[in-house]
Amino acid sequence: MNAPLLDLRDLRVTLPGARGEVALLRGVSFTLHAGETVGLIGESGCGKSLTALALMGLLPPGARADGSLRFEGRERLGQDEAAWCALRGDRVAMVFQEPMTALNPLHPIGRQVAEPLRIHRGLSGVAARSEALRLLDRVQLPNAAQRLDAYPHQLSGGQRQRVGIAMALACGPDLLIADEPTTALDVSTQREILELIDGLVRDSGMALLLISHDLGLMARHVGRVMVMYGGRLVESGPTAAVFERLAHPYTRALAGARPRLGATRGTRLATIPGRVPDAAELGPGCPFAGRCPRAGDDCLPAMPPAVEPGPGHAVHCLRPHPPTG
Amino acid sequence: MRPGFARRALRHRSFVAGAALVTLLLGAAALSWLWTPWPATEIDVPRKLAPPSAAHWLGTDGLGRDIVSLLLVGARGSLAVGLAAVGGGALAGIALGLLAAARRGVVDELVMRSADFAFAFPALLTAIMLTAVRGPGLATAALAIGLFNVPVFARITRASARGVWSRDFVLAARACGQGRLAITLEHVLPNIAPVLIVQATTQFALAILAEAALSYLGLGTQPPTPSWGRMLNEAQTLMFQAPWLAWWPGLAIALSVLGLNLVGDGLRDLLDPRLARGPR
Repeated sequence: MNAPLLDLRDLRVTLPGARGEVALLRGVSFTLHAGETVGLIGESGCGKSLTALALMGLLPPGARADGSLRFEGRERLGQDEAAWCALRGDRVAMVFQEPMTALNPLHPIGRQVAEPLRIHRGLSGVAARSEALRLLDRVQLPNAAQRLDAYPHQLSGGQRQRVGIAMALACGPDLLIADEPTTALDVSTQREILELIDGLVRDSGMALLLISHDLGLMARHVGRVMVMYGGRLVESGPTAAVFERLAHPYTRALAGARPRLGATRGTRLATIPGRVPDAAELGPGCPFAGRCPRAGDDCLPAMPPAVEPGPGHAVHCLRPHPPTG
Repeated sequence: MRPGFARRALRHRSFVAGAALVTLLLGAAALSWLWTPWPATEIDVPRKLAPPSAAHWLGTDGLGRDIVSLLLVGARGSLAVGLAAVGGGALAGIALGLLAAARRGVVDELVMRSADFAFAFPALLTAIMLTAVRGPGLATAALAIGLFNVPVFARITRASARGVWSRDFVLAARACGQGRLAITLEHVLPNIAPVLIVQATTQFALAILAEAALSYLGLGTQPPTPSWGRMLNEAQTLMFQAPWLAWWPGLAIALSVLGLNLVGDGLRDLLDPRLARGPR
């Protein structure tokens, strides 16, 4: 296989906390090839969004990143702000979780959509405007031509998210990062937005990193999933294989905690016992050990090595669930 | 400007009232160059403290000078000091505040601690010191008030700008590859503009008051140049013979300050697209 688009090796991110530095990403490694669609899944606070920000070079002030982050063959950790600016919005673009706040309320949407083109392609005036219109048509914003001069508050949430996607697509990026792009939207709009992203990814051949806590959504929209817990990837593999086997106890617990339509009345929503561990309390071993029904003392000294139940499928667990059925 | 801006402005009652008062102030200053009922500095001691009449609409002061003429010419000084002090102070202060918010770290500390230092220094003392060095006058008063305005604007700019920097759309702009300067100009400044405009009108009003105060203390406008502050000063000595002498400059200052504040509030509303009914 040719060189990957994105190659993360042992990425660690620490943030200064009240009691010294806290490691929030504790050695994340994965690769992503051009055109691949990958999902990153996990609970709130597990490091999903931080991973996305690290990929964009947008870590919060004071954060320290170690390890290696290669994008298009070049090491990106430690590169200067100008090099990041050249990359962001051009080769890597991002769609945000909250469409209500990700647009500047004071600028018309047409102008905001064309922003990356102005920055990276030097477009201006009429050219930028017609490109903006083309982009808004591409994301199927109704009446795009009349809406170029509309302000964000005049659009609905779903429409704003379309604008956000149009903005991300402007320069034809190689990698689109979508950080919970539909969490803030209602269910039917969620579906439309995800189908839109699917279509755009297919047409343009860009790679997609979809971040979500919704397993059902992952199953439908990405080819490969990575499960994150406590700042580590605990499992990764082809979507079908991961969801069929549910080998890692955390993946299984996550799947079990999904609300089900048509469940018998009075059925309690299954939960994962315990709470999400504080990043500062985690030891060197498996971060899920404290809540895991299959954990033993051998889980604690070090992160369990990967076992490979199938091709391209890695499970970091000493006692993975056997195949069912 | 946005379509319908003028129409919305005309419907905004307090903005219209404020604009009328400010226009009156500007008009008075402009008119004073062309025409005053009497030469403003002409002394006519025999007719001192005259009540309002056809010849002297608001009467005369303790030296027989025509009060209408003094008010008209005095408007110039108030406007000049206000414009120079707020303009200069705002320009420098906003630039420093934006810089502090964008760079954070050492630059931030440096700017903000300097602002603290400037604040710790009593404004009046600064004015007296400057007067000692440069001699009293309108320019010195403007400089002193302007210097005092720099940290005021630096602080409010930095605090509001920090708030904007932490908002999602700035993160989105950064994710588009926009640099710090571009974000500052395109996203931060427009979003804090309402705050700054309101602050500027307040500071303008305060500058007029400060100029009056400095002139009152003899640190601002020097005789024979008329100014509202000096008129108040002179009226004070005649407080018991002719209390009405203090009314006119006092009223002029109060109305100017009120007008500027109303304009500031109105602009804040008018510049917010969320309050506009734009094209849908």
